Amino acid sequence: MAAFIVRMGPLLVLWLAVFLSGTWAVDRGNFKTCDQSAFCKRQRALKPGQSPYRALLETLELTNTKLTLQLINDNNKVRLLLELYRLQGNMTRVKINELKPLKPRFEVPDVLINNPPTEPLSLLSQDENGVVLSLGADSQWLIVSAKPFRLDIMEGREVLLSLNSRGLLAFEHLRIRKDTQVDPEGAEKKEETDAANEQAEGETAKEDGMWEETFKSHTDNKPNGPSSISLDFSLPGVEHVYGIPEHADSLKLKTTDGGDPYRLFNLDVFQYELFNPMALYGAIPVMLSHSAQRTMGIFWLNAAETWVDISSNTAGKTVFGQMLDYVQGSSETPQTDVRWISESGIIDVFIMLGPTPTDVFSQYASLTGTQAFPPLSALAYHQCRWNYNDQEDVAAVDQGFDEHDIPYDFIWLDIEHTDGKRYFTWDPHKFPQPKDMLQGLMDKRRKMVTIVDPHIKVDSSYKIHNEIRSKGFYVKNKDGGDYEGWCWPGNSGYPDFTNPEMRAWWASMFAYDQYEGSMENMYTWNDMNEPSVFNGPEVTMHKDALHGNWENRDLHNLYGLYVQMATAEGLIERSGGVERPFVLTRAFFAGSQRYGAVWTGDNTAEWEHLKISIPMCLSLGLVGVSFCGADVGGFFKSPSTELLVRWYQTGAYQPFFRAHAHLDTPRREPWLFGPENTALIREAVRQRYALLPYWYQLFYHAHHSGQPVMRPLWVEYPQDTATFSMDDQFLLGRDLLVHPVTEEGGRGVTAYLPGKGEVWFDVHTFQKHNGAQNLYIPVTISSIPVFQRGGSIIPRKARVRRSSSCMEHDPYTLFVALSPKRFAQGELYIDDGHTFNFDKQKQFIHRRLSFANKALSSRNLAPGSQFITPSWIEKIVILGASKPSKATLKTPDGKENLLEFEFDASMSVLTLRKPGVNAGVDWTVVLQ
Amino acid sequence: MSCALLLLLTSLALAMGTGTAVEIQRPRGVPQSKRQFYEENKPFTCLDGSSTIPFDRVNDDYCDCRDGSDEPGTAACPNGSFHCTNAGFRPAFIPSSRINDGICDCCDTTDEYNSGATCQNTCREMGRKERESLQIMAEITKEGFLLKQQLIHEAKRAQEDKQGKLTELQGSKKGLEGKVEALRTVKETAEDPEKEAKERHLKSWEEQKELIRMEKDKTRMAEAFLELDDDSDGYVSVAELQSHLELDPDSDGSLTETETQVRCLLFLPLKSREDVPPTVQTPEKREDDELSMPPYDTETQSLIDGAYIHLQSLICGPEFIWICRNLEKEIGFDFGPSAEFAYLYSQCYELSTSEYIYRLCPFNRVSQKPKFGGSETNLGLWGQWAGPEENLYSVMKYDHGQGCWQGPNRSTTVKLTCGKETVVTSTSEPSRCEYLMEFTTPAVCQEPASLDEVLHGHTEL
Repeated sequence: MAAFIVRMGPLLVLWLAVFLSGTWAVDRGNFKTCDQSAFCKRQRALKPGQSPYRALLETLELTNTKLTLQLINDNNKVRLLLELYRLQGNMTRVKINELKPLKPRFEVPDVLINNPPTEPLSLLSQDENGVVLSLGADSQWLIVSAKPFRLDIMEGREVLLSLNSRGLLAFEHLRIRKDTQVDPEGAEKKEETDAANEQAEGETAKEDGMWEETFKSHTDNKPNGPSSISLDFSLPGVEHVYGIPEHADSLKLKTTDGGDPYRLFNLDVFQYELFNPMALYGAIPVMLSHSAQRTMGIFWLNAAETWVDISSNTAGKTVFGQMLDYVQGSSETPQTDVRWISESGIIDVFIMLGPTPTDVFSQYASLTGTQAFPPLSALAYHQCRWNYNDQEDVAAVDQGFDEHDIPYDFIWLDIEHTDGKRYFTWDPHKFPQPKDMLQGLMDKRRKMVTIVDPHIKVDSSYKIHNEIRSKGFYVKNKDGGDYEGWCWPGNSGYPDFTNPEMRAWWASMFAYDQYEGSMENMYTWNDMNEPSVFNGPEVTMHKDALHGNWENRDLHNLYGLYVQMATAEGLIERSGGVERPFVLTRAFFAGSQRYGAVWTGDNTAEWEHLKISIPMCLSLGLVGVSFCGADVGGFFKSPSTELLVRWYQTGAYQPFFRAHAHLDTPRREPWLFGPENTALIREAVRQRYALLPYWYQLFYHAHHSGQPVMRPLWVEYPQDTATFSMDDQFLLGRDLLVHPVTEEGGRGVTAYLPGKGEVWFDVHTFQKHNGAQNLYIPVTISSIPVFQRGGSIIPRKARVRRSSSCMEHDPYTLFVALSPKRFAQGELYIDDGHTFNFDKQKQFIHRRLSFANKALSSRNLAPGSQFITPSWIEKIVILGASKPSKATLKTPDGKENLLEFEFDASMSVLTLRKPGVNAGVDWTVVLQ
Repeated sequence: MSCALLLLLTSLALAMGTGTAVEIQRPRGVPQSKRQFYEENKPFTCLDGSSTIPFDRVNDDYCDCRDGSDEPGTAACPNGSFHCTNAGFRPAFIPSSRINDGICDCCDTTDEYNSGATCQNTCREMGRKERESLQIMAEITKEGFLLKQQLIHEAKRAQEDKQGKLTELQGSKKGLEGKVEALRTVKETAEDPEKEAKERHLKSWEEQKELIRMEKDKTRMAEAFLELDDDSDGYVSVAELQSHLELDPDSDGSLTETETQVRCLLFLPLKSREDVPPTVQTPEKREDDELSMPPYDTETQSLIDGAYIHLQSLICGPEFIWICRNLEKEIGFDFGPSAEFAYLYSQCYELSTSEYIYRLCPFNRVSQKPKFGGSETNLGLWGQWAGPEENLYSVMKYDHGQGCWQGPNRSTTVKLTCGKETVVTSTSEPSRCEYLMEFTTPAVCQEPASLDEVLHGHTEL
């Protein structure tokens, strides 16, 4: 700590000033409420049912790809342009911009993977009140009503979704400032003519913060004046909405009546609080709605500060009230109303019409891309701490894992590894020989991650800074100078990652000859990329800072995505495009899934934080980001041993599995809590490693088709209303159900096993349980309740070694869990684990494993692919089996071999001994 | 291990090292000690007896035994272990998960027989290096152990010196206690309204004279105290006291805490005498009046009271309690089985790094001072010996140092290793505010084993 003070000097004072005003919880006073955010306050003051907007039907134009139509605000006569697109894959895109804006308004680039392909719209009917358009085969219509303007999407006689049905469309047009500062002579005349309009809109500039806004000591200059936008959506029949991460809240979104809306604004929130709608590090403006009939999605493509209000006509009702409605048959249909408000930009909404959850995932993936397929090792266990002090420390921790026979793949270095927080450098005393260190890890087939943050120390002896400055790549302040703020290194500049040239230069800095001391087993972590600015408003960048011509206000939520994009590109480039990158980011936006992993930021070593990791990652999974995890053990504070063990057990079954700890906490490597706890943690980590083939296969699917890896139960059981609000358990893919123990002193958990007529098998005991029941499971400290769905086949590698790379060529054990109809299906995906060859050269094995009619077979799912693996099938475990008289293995060369087997009659488990067949070929095992 | 056997094993090792054929047939990964259980062409029974399998299933890369004993040479069993002979170095068991994982674990390369990894046989080189370092260590241990004997001897002799003086003091101790008792009686008597005032006056005068004499005794005592107080720190440490077994009333060979507390009545430091409150200084002034009996009056009465209070204050006053408390802390001191660590007491050792000067004062505190200005930080106060059960005196723990911002109080773990010199060799901060210090001292040197034993003690071929 003393050293810390010396090194941090003046910065610490600032930092303390920023953060120390509270005790342990977040200091809410550092962050705006809707009331303190001028545009949110203005917008929220609007009352429903008074829409001034009218569609000018005579302006309607219909082309092959879109419909355009002008809207007019009858109060101020400002015209808007509406564009409607019918997109391939059952989506509708609605764009609204000013018809003639004073200057261009920001449209979010680089998030959509392409210009979404359209399908023709056809006009079915038109009169003076509106038009009806066909949305294609499924008797889906789009109705445009003229006055007030409103859009309804119908299927048959059912309204799926309405826009501006509550009349909360509000588009603050760009205008010239009318007070004396701008044009003292011309202003007077203008003011007279426009006064009426302005008055009509009820705008009193100063009070409403349209041209200037002050929060705490920070003044936000708004040279462009008011520019916010808003639109409401009604979802009849919907009681459950999800998504819009990142919030530390339940999976099912709550109504926001009487409180603040959910806020989307990337912020570095120190010691965040749970169960509230405050903004966190990332923002994905995508909401899913779900009912037993249909799943839909709304993607609000806007990167400015955004607030989302949710209300529901059933939310306030008690169960009794709802029952009464049902019995009396009266009742209005349940309905959820949503309203989006953004500070600038345009309205650009994608309505994903499902109808199934899988469809919505595919639709969203077709817009923003899928999860990056990580190197296999990135799915293994990561050991992190702020900080591993020096090379000796790294070597000792590495050795500790071997001594305690606990596998790990990555060890991480936080900011202290650098030379004075200058990223891309090493502390010359603590890490004098980084390549020796990396080689030492490579010899053990392990890897490292170093942190590279986007704040660059302003220091004329720092190469990175000099180059960025000389190339003019820094973000500029409102006056045109380089924007500077305080972060870890002290005074820092912020590279303009929105500039493609800057990103290309940044990527080139990861070349092995640029990033000195780096090697191919070293990967990257982007932290603080909201961006975090310790002395900035709300600990982030000033909104009037400039990225080229655009204000940070317009694209704030995109910054973090661009940082990770450029970094991932750098890792790809350094390998000549051969190797898959691995980059972890804290800030994110829609599309960030394409570049790597995210984690839930600086959580706390408390039981509630362990619990919230489930809904936080489920929410991210629903909107494309499958590679999600929380700091195992909790970042702030020190976990009790029990909490640490439970967190390992939970984290072992979450996608990104990394332990991390704050600088000020005592060490917590897995072996520091006595042999019993070491054994418990070892077992949890080993379960993770054994299951890596299944994890890898799930990520292949996430990459291939956008299906989330970690799923809420309702995704697979969309009609089972009991699952709609569940967020203390989850599915991995379709086939594993996990209900981790997250209660202190837990003696048992009640898991809900879904699926009427289905069965589930405890993966540890092979005990069979019926679906559609709440099952009480007594637990001990070693229990991790996990169930395999009857009807599935899961591949594992039983030979857990010290890193995933060491297990590469090991044989597989197949766990076949039979359905009550004695059927099961699964897959096996194998590739080299780290290159793009699976994609570019189709070098992979993808096989269908199926059990039917007493025969288990492996068939090629990808005839165009080729890959050779030395891995073979070691063992086949069939759960829910009956005892055969013999088991015969048939291979393509026509050979037949009798297999030995064991049968456990008490659990109905049949174990086939050593089929020995190569994992990449066709084979069949017949039971007689 | 008999000499003959040792010789045999050594020659075997030599034979194998030089490559002349002594090939022992046994399944891969099986140690010599278990070879008998793996008889070729006979069914193999798992070592836990759980099942019996045909011999061709031993090392067939499929795990049949629950205890992993059928696959000593493959990675098939999750709980198996593989034995590397490591001829020329030390044999070892490795988890079977490390067989053919592409990483060379056994120096004889036998763990990587099918992974494509190219391993070099480094056993002889490692053996040579180990022997060298063991030799160096052995020499250090040998010299260190001699020094340790000297330390033990010195600690013992120092104690004996003090013992003599204490025995002398022991004699006057009893008398003093009696006088304290007598004075109490006087005071009680003086307070008795039934007694003749004059008699009382006279008697009390005599007692007062006695008291003054006692004060003189105490001065003598204090001088003795100075003799006892070896380190002249103003206090007689518990260690100093405890080394005097003649003070041990129950003759159980040690001074208990209470016993030591009683002793502290008698060895009050000079300091507290100087610090006595002004009211009780009067008797000493009277001493100058050639001990003429003052007239009986209320003043006399108050003098008697004062004298008693003085005595009481010596026994029960804040200074005394403070000293006792200090002693109570010291009572925790344990200078090792033969007081070999006693020489570290009241010493300090420093290590200078690029940023700080670290200072270890054994049995007292650890601190850190920035080299270029800034105040000293307390990294922990003496806590206890904290080594593992079998080697308690190998680690010292200092805790309750200065608090850290949002963190724990600073603490320091000191690891002691055998060395000829007493010196701090390194410091680090593995975890925020938890420091680690390495310290060499002859006091932890163990009796050296013969070099042969060190090298071959756990050799198995």
